[in-house]
Amino acid sequence: MTGASTFKTLLIWLGFAVLLIVLPMVFASRTSLTLMNIIGVWVVFALAYNMLLGQSGMLSFGHAVYFGLGGYAAIHMMAAIKSQRLGIPVAALPVVGFMAGMAAGAVIGWFSCRRSGTPFAMISLGVGELIAASGLMFVSIFGGEEGVSGDRSAGPEWFGFSLGPQINVYYFIAFWVFAATLAMWAFTKTPLGRLANAVRDNPDRVAFIGYDPQRVRYLVFLISGGFAGLAGSLSAVNFEIITPEKLGALNSGAVLLMAYIGGAAVFFGPIIGAVLISLMQSMLSDFTKVWQLYLGLLFVVVVMFAPYGIGGIVAQVLNAVRKGELAEKLPGWLMGALGAIVAFGGAIMAIEMAYRVREGGRPFTAFGSAFPHTALSSWAIAAGLIALGLAIVVVAVRWRRRGSLGAALRLKEVAP
Amino acid sequence: MMETIVFSTLNGVLYGLLLFMLASGLTLIFSMMGVLNFAHASFYMLGAYVAFTLGSVTGFWVALILAPLVVGLFGAVVERFGLRHVHKNGHVAELLFTFGIAYLIEEIVKLIWGKNPLPYTPPPILQQPLFTLWGTHYPAFRIFMMVVAIAMFVALWALLKRTRVGLIVQASLSNPHMVGHLGHNVPLVFMGVFAVGCAMAGLAGVIGGALLVTDPAMALTLGPIVFVVVVVGGMGSLGGAFVASILIGLIQTFAVAVDASLSDLLARFGILVSNRSDLGRITLAQVAPMLPFLILVLVLIFRPRGLMGARES
Repeated sequence: MTGASTFKTLLIWLGFAVLLIVLPMVFASRTSLTLMNIIGVWVVFALAYNMLLGQSGMLSFGHAVYFGLGGYAAIHMMAAIKSQRLGIPVAALPVVGFMAGMAAGAVIGWFSCRRSGTPFAMISLGVGELIAASGLMFVSIFGGEEGVSGDRSAGPEWFGFSLGPQINVYYFIAFWVFAATLAMWAFTKTPLGRLANAVRDNPDRVAFIGYDPQRVRYLVFLISGGFAGLAGSLSAVNFEIITPEKLGALNSGAVLLMAYIGGAAVFFGPIIGAVLISLMQSMLSDFTKVWQLYLGLLFVVVVMFAPYGIGGIVAQVLNAVRKGELAEKLPGWLMGALGAIVAFGGAIMAIEMAYRVREGGRPFTAFGSAFPHTALSSWAIAAGLIALGLAIVVVAVRWRRRGSLGAALRLKEVAP
Repeated sequence: MMETIVFSTLNGVLYGLLLFMLASGLTLIFSMMGVLNFAHASFYMLGAYVAFTLGSVTGFWVALILAPLVVGLFGAVVERFGLRHVHKNGHVAELLFTFGIAYLIEEIVKLIWGKNPLPYTPPPILQQPLFTLWGTHYPAFRIFMMVVAIAMFVALWALLKRTRVGLIVQASLSNPHMVGHLGHNVPLVFMGVFAVGCAMAGLAGVIGGALLVTDPAMALTLGPIVFVVVVVGGMGSLGGAFVASILIGLIQTFAVAVDASLSDLLARFGILVSNRSDLGRITLAQVAPMLPFLILVLVLIFRPRGLMGARES
């Protein structure tokens, strides 16, 4: 790395740290603190997940297992700190979570990392279901449906730092988010991190140059499990409770959506995904009851049209800025974005009206005018918006491919 | 004792055949296109819901024919406008796409039909008892279901192995370019295969929805088990899927029926577990939902190609 780029990276990390410190001063309300704590947990979990998906090409449908087990280890340790008067501060529990996640990864990865691709995904699904089912069965460990709760105010305090006030919980989570993010970023620069990329792209060649792809996968799996466990322990300290649900398919699916929508190909992608989806979850759910449908729609659109996710789009724009091609590419991108927004608007309108067909309620309102679901005209408008948006997207794509707007508007293919 | 064994066998085979109806479509799609369709159980769910809605207008028998067609058509649309574009990004992208579709279908079903279970039942003529064993009536619908499942297996097998269409479909898998040069429309073949697979899931839904429950969670409960069946049977092997379906159906039904705890089982092997510990209290019936996944993991460790699979993955 050259001096200038080292300086730049240092600046970015410094900026990240300052952002984490300043955030609660800007958003000081209780609700925003709660939301930021939840986002912090998801950021670590999504980054840990992407270590598998983005960096090593392993699609896991059961990563919540490590998150949950890390959380359970932390909550049991919390109880032990209280009852046994262990001299460990609660603020150090993420280390316990990390080790628990890693231990679970060591056992499960031992057989699941022998396979890659689709079989690996299937094993992870099977193991996930298995552990989630036993979570409800072994009541003494997992606490049955109510889960296990703890008390984060127990144990000694470091430099008078207690986990009582909510702002302190925020700084506790922020510290660990920063540490974990930095560690995971540093991991991408290590030889093992680079090898993981190589295994993702071409395992045969990695085997030819003398490394064992299985071993590389296993090591990455271990570390990823550790960070997932760390995220689980943050969640345990934040909520002071952990339930077997956290081990299950819903949690595994959520982290997959975050990492992929945010962008699996770039390091910061999952952070975008975690923030975006957590915000959607907490804010959108106030406006509409079907926000999960929008999330699903967003996921399918990303899989189809932007396989590198939102982070990939951001990286593309940054790359164009660096090369000085922004002026040339921007009009096409803006037009594509406009088309996407129009089509999504039409889809939202159709979905909201469809929801009211069954449930009733006040008519869907946008830009000051109401669109009753009983009127055929509002359905026509929704369909028209979707069609218009898709048409704009098609023209924008052709524009980029054919070089000029005039050629893009002509229906027939022109010879290049 | 005899009663338990006979009923468990009957119900186990019944459940296994339902699993097979789902697994056969999934196996077909997987073996032809290499796509492990994560949304397969969602098409099953759609079949049940569409049949319920159609059935309230046209009656059960018309819905039995129409609902799978509707689901198959929907599957064709999904393949044509979705899956085909994702194909170039590799198998993981395809798996993710079908995962997204499964998520979407579940939400759409909740949007249209609500979150509560539907009162979807078989027609009265199939509800009457066919025979009575030890005082318990065995409804005709269950036998009807067995007949449909077996007919489906035979039809599919005959189509693939005995007709020209099957020949082209099989050739498209191994030599798509050659088949294309011979003048067949290979993308159309794939679309057709996907549609037929989805229609089969839809047919399973028409019957399974009436047999079990029709609610938005039905895809999530059955979906993972169908994967287990396909993987345990050997990916892409129709016969393997059949054997694995029946096997898992029987194992799960017997585990529910047997009223023993794990500690009883362990005691047979001389391991004594206190009745007050978790391990002592858990009954075999409680473990039943876990068994398929245990089998999946064991098979993938010790026999990765499954019971009757030809290739590894």
